[in-house]
Parts: sequence; C-alpha cells; structure tokens
Amino acid sequence: MAVITYLDAIRQALGEEMARDDRVFILGEDVGAYGGAFKATEGLQERFGEARVVDTPISETAIVGSAIGASYMGMRPVCEIQFVDFIACCFDMLTNFAATSRYRNGAGVPIVVRGPCGGGVSGGPFHSLNPEAFFLNTPGLKMVEPSTAYDAKGLLKAAIRDDDPVLYFEHKFLYRRIKDEVPDEDYIVPLGKAAIRREGSDLSIITFGAMTHTALEAAATLSDAGVEAEVLDLRSLAPLDRDAILTTVSKTSRALLLYEARRTGGIGGELAAIIAEDAFEYLDAPIMRVASVDTPVPYSPPLEAAFLPNADKVVAAAQKLIEY
Amino acid sequence: MQTIAAKPGRPSEALTRNQLLEMYYFARLARDVEERLTVLFRQSKVIGGLYRSLGQEGESVATAYALERTDAILPLIRNMGALMTMGVRPREIFLQYMAKDRSNSRGRDLNIHLVHLPVAGAAEPVVVGPISMLGDSIPVAAGIAMGARMRGQNMVAMAWIGDGATSTGAFHEGLNFAAVQNIPLIVVAEDNKFAYSTPIAKQMSIARIDERAAAYGIPHEMVDGNDMLAVYDVAKRLVDRARSGGGAALIGVDTMRMQGHAQHDDARYVPKALLEEWAKKDPITRFRQHLLASGAATEKDIEEIDAMTKRFAGDEAQLAEDDPMPDPSTVTRGVYAGDDFVEPQVEFVKSPFRS
Repeated sequence: MAVITYLDAIRQALGEEMARDDRVFILGEDVGAYGGAFKATEGLQERFGEARVVDTPISETAIVGSAIGASYMGMRPVCEIQFVDFIACCFDMLTNFAATSRYRNGAGVPIVVRGPCGGGVSGGPFHSLNPEAFFLNTPGLKMVEPSTAYDAKGLLKAAIRDDDPVLYFEHKFLYRRIKDEVPDEDYIVPLGKAAIRREGSDLSIITFGAMTHTALEAAATLSDAGVEAEVLDLRSLAPLDRDAILTTVSKTSRALLLYEARRTGGIGGELAAIIAEDAFEYLDAPIMRVASVDTPVPYSPPLEAAFLPNADKVVAAAQKLIEY
Repeated sequence: MQTIAAKPGRPSEALTRNQLLEMYYFARLARDVEERLTVLFRQSKVIGGLYRSLGQEGESVATAYALERTDAILPLIRNMGALMTMGVRPREIFLQYMAKDRSNSRGRDLNIHLVHLPVAGAAEPVVVGPISMLGDSIPVAAGIAMGARMRGQNMVAMAWIGDGATSTGAFHEGLNFAAVQNIPLIVVAEDNKFAYSTPIAKQMSIARIDERAAAYGIPHEMVDGNDMLAVYDVAKRLVDRARSGGGAALIGVDTMRMQGHAQHDDARYVPKALLEEWAKKDPITRFRQHLLASGAATEKDIEEIDAMTKRFAGDEAQLAEDDPMPDPSTVTRGVYAGDDFVEPQVEFVKSPFRS
C-alpha cells in the first residue's frame, strides 16, 4: 500500500497499462516530452517512446478520429483532451462515430477519452466544464468520474480494458488535493458500480467526483446537528448503478442529488426520474437537486463561489428535506 | 470522343491484358449494381435514398485498383467502384440498401455504410464506410493506417471525399494529422462539380481541388477522373510512395456527377450543356474504346463482360430481395460489447479475372 495523489494514480494507471499491453498508447496535445498540461503523462514518452506517446496538433477531431481508426486495427488508444471543455470540438466524432459504431456494424471502439473537468480553480468559462450531461443521451458511450486516488487508478485501468468507448472525467480540483491508499498490486474498479462513502439513515446524497468531498463535508456538519446522511458516490455515470441508487433511497426515503454541472438538463434530472419511477413509494419528501447555477462558468473567485455548489448549500437543502 | 493519352513509363503500362479487362469489369459491375438499385428504388424496395455514382465509376475503380487486397478503403456513397474493386460481394450492397436482416449492419444503417475488419491472417481489405458527417472518414482513415503501422502491417489507407466535404474541419484536421505523422494515407478528393446543389465555386476559392493539400506539405496531383488509366497512374505512384514510407498524399479528381444528389433530386440546377459535355467523356465508354483500339479486348470480350456484370448484378439483387427484414425484438441489441450481435464482416468475391 502507498498513499498517492489522484494525479499520481492516473499517471500510474497509464504507465502500468502501457507496460501490461503493448496495444495501449496515448495521444493528445503536449502529452510527450512536456508530460501534459497537468503532468498526467509525465515520463511516459521517455519510458515508452514517441510512437506510443503521440504529440498531436491542436485537433481534437483528429485525436479522437484517429483513435477510432487505430482501435479498429486492434489498438487501445487513450486520448487526452487537455481541458475537457475542448471535448466539444470532437463531440461529433464521439457521438456520431464512436458511439454508434458497434450498433451500426459491430465494430467496437475500445478507446478512452480522458481529460480534466470541473471548476473551483478560477478557470473561467472554457477551463471548468462538467460535460457529462452532453453525453448522457448518447447510447454507446460509457462515462466515469472518480473521486479518490484509488478509484482514479482502478477506473482508468477498467476503462482502458473495456471494449467500448469510455469518457473518463478527472476533476482537476482533486489532482493534488486528494491522496489516499492504493494497493501495490494490479486492481480495477469495475465500471457501473457506485460506492457508499458514508452510511446514514436520514437522507441520501447521491453525487460523484469532487462533489463527493463536498457531500462528506456537509454530512459531517449535518451529523453534528443530529442528521445522518448517506453519501453515494456514483463513480460511473454511464451506465448508472440503478440498484445502488434505489437501495439507498429506499433506505433513507429522502434523495438529494448533488452535481457540479449546471442544474437544468443535468444528470440530476435523470437520477430524479429513476427514483420517481422505481422508488416513488419509498419517498417521504420531494427529490431535491443541488447544482451549479444556470450560467456559463464565471471566472472571478466570488462569482465562481456563488456559482458552484458547496457544503453550506448542501446542508441547507438537506435541512429542507428533513423538515419537509 | 476523347482518347486516352499514353505516356511512356506509366505504371499502367505494366498492367496485363487480364488486369485491364478486370478494371473494365469492376467499373461495369459498379454501374450495373446501381442500375439494379435504381429499378429496386422505383419499385420502392430500396429503403430511403439512392445515390448514384454515374460518371464516377472509372475514378473509383482506378484509384482502388492501385491498392493491395489487404489495404484499407474508406469509400463514400459514390464509390461503388471502389467497393467492387476490393471484392465486396454485390449482395452486401443490395442487402444494405433494402435494410435487410442479414445486411452488414443488420438493418441498423443505410446504403454503403458497411464495415469489414478482417480476422487475423485473412487476405481481405479493411472497409470502413462513411458516416453522414462526411469529413469524419479522413481522421479515422489516418488512424487506421497509423494503427496498422503500430501493429507492424505495411498497409495503405485510401479515403475518398467529395468537393463539399473538403470544406469540413474534420477533413483538414485529419489530413494535417496524417501529414505530420507521415501516415500512409491517400485521399482521393473528387471534384464532381456539385455538392448536393452547391457548385464548387461556392465551396472553395482555389482553382483546383488538389490545392486543398498544399497547406499540409504533402504531394498532390490533379487528374482527369474520367480517364481510368491516368487515374491509375497517379494513384499507383502515390500508393507505392506511401507504402515505402513517403507518407500521405492527395489526388484531385476532375469528374462529373451525372445525376442528382440522390434519386429524388432532378438536378435542374446543373446546366444542360455541362452534362452534355461530360456525357461525351463517360469513363466506361472511353475505357472501352481504349481497350478496343489498343487491341487489349475484342468486341466479343466486351460483350461478354457486359453480359456477365448485368447478370451478376441481377442475381445478387434477387438473393437480397428474398432475404427477410430484421426482427424488431433485436432493436436494443449490440449497443455495447458483451451483447455482440452484428459482426464487422462482409463477404468478398473474386472477379472472374482473378484465380
């Protein structure tokens, strides 16, 4: 066991998978000698050579498109999108080409497209995105977002070994702030499985990524006030772990959906629908969402703080639910 | 009637009589398959649109003919000739166009949107049909050739694109990527004068479509697309160059779309004089004349091939017509791995000119 950062976990997963399977290679902007904008690929080109850590032009469509082609030839490409906001530039390749390929002609596209998401670092409108809702309506894609170093490593390994296209969102706020224990031996975290991060009986906070830590902070405050919140970390956003969602809601009878993307049209709407359709009888209160406000992501710290969810907003929402 | 220029030292000079007849056979087969499809379309047996390549069969065949059987092709809707040249069985095309159960996509996608990924060791080509966002084939083609190189295969990928789709970002991103990575990718850019109804002058302000490649520092040549041997000459040189490590190149093809964008389009926006001019330059007629004039074929040889392709297209269409439609209960299958349902496989046939 070693305690490593979330960022180290990503780098280790990439290095170990490349060593394990010579079909795995990396392509993206500045991923080679520079080691990536956040250093997620640092040292990998030195170790595996230029042919397996490919510096590309600023061409997200070429990055993902060529990855699709290489995957048809049996390779296992891992694309880095420098900031996940730029995934908009290859939206067509992902949603129209990669996502439909297996269904159309049986041609699987085992690629991983990973990139730093999320706000809280004054990145402004174009370096802060949480794009999961853009892809939730696209069958054929899988999506994950880890909240711990353990999951960052295990989910990335699982994504690389998966036979379908996986979008891997890594929250940049967590890169160097989060450290936890990671086994020395090889392991994966299976796609599609959520994790209970804190047990509780009074309400369920269903969340993922950096918001898992916000939820835990809020849960500690709520506990001081005598309210025990259960925190479910989804880990995978597609496919969703429906059983885990329904189990926690049927246990606590109150559901608070916490996500960092904008509120309207977000993943919370889908989670609410799942709960309303299949756990309606268990509910003692309305389903509540806590999310970012419906604006572009603002830059200045006081504006961004007002924009993002935080523990206080979660506590306030939880108290409303409890008092309902 | 225009004749075909014979220049010494041309790669086409090395083509055997058998190969010349085979090129004619493939072009003729492409046209006859589409003629059958037109009949089926009029009988409402084709589901959705029908997109003819009338007038472009020659360049499609002649470019693909420069490839090895184990190379990769990424054809567009008007590259029936390339599909026939690589040996795709015509039944596969009819099954796709009629949305049948045993089509390559099992009724999930249209017309020539088919994919073949050979099993290890098979002497078959990679075939990746387009998606409707046309420029997308170029980056994917670059990735196929790059992936093959990573796996130690000496493969060339050839992708076709119309003048309209050369205006997409994906085309430019893919071509630039192939250039900087020295990827063995040949792009065939077809100036067929109209993208749907938009004339090429509204698509680009350069004089020749091959100049699209100038910004990427790769070789590019313009060729008379209705002269099959001229097209073959350019394609063969650039394919050989790519295979020996020379990297990507672009072939600009001067040709004409002789019908509307699809069967529903009467193409009244195309000047009649332009069609009349190009009708005189029909690639199959020109090639036939050349075969006869050069003594490579007799009238009897030509008649035999014409009868053969017509019969083959008809028989294959009939087989496809008799196939059932898909079972609606399968609609959810095959979105993810583990529920594999469609295989990326098409059936290939050898031409009568190949042993």
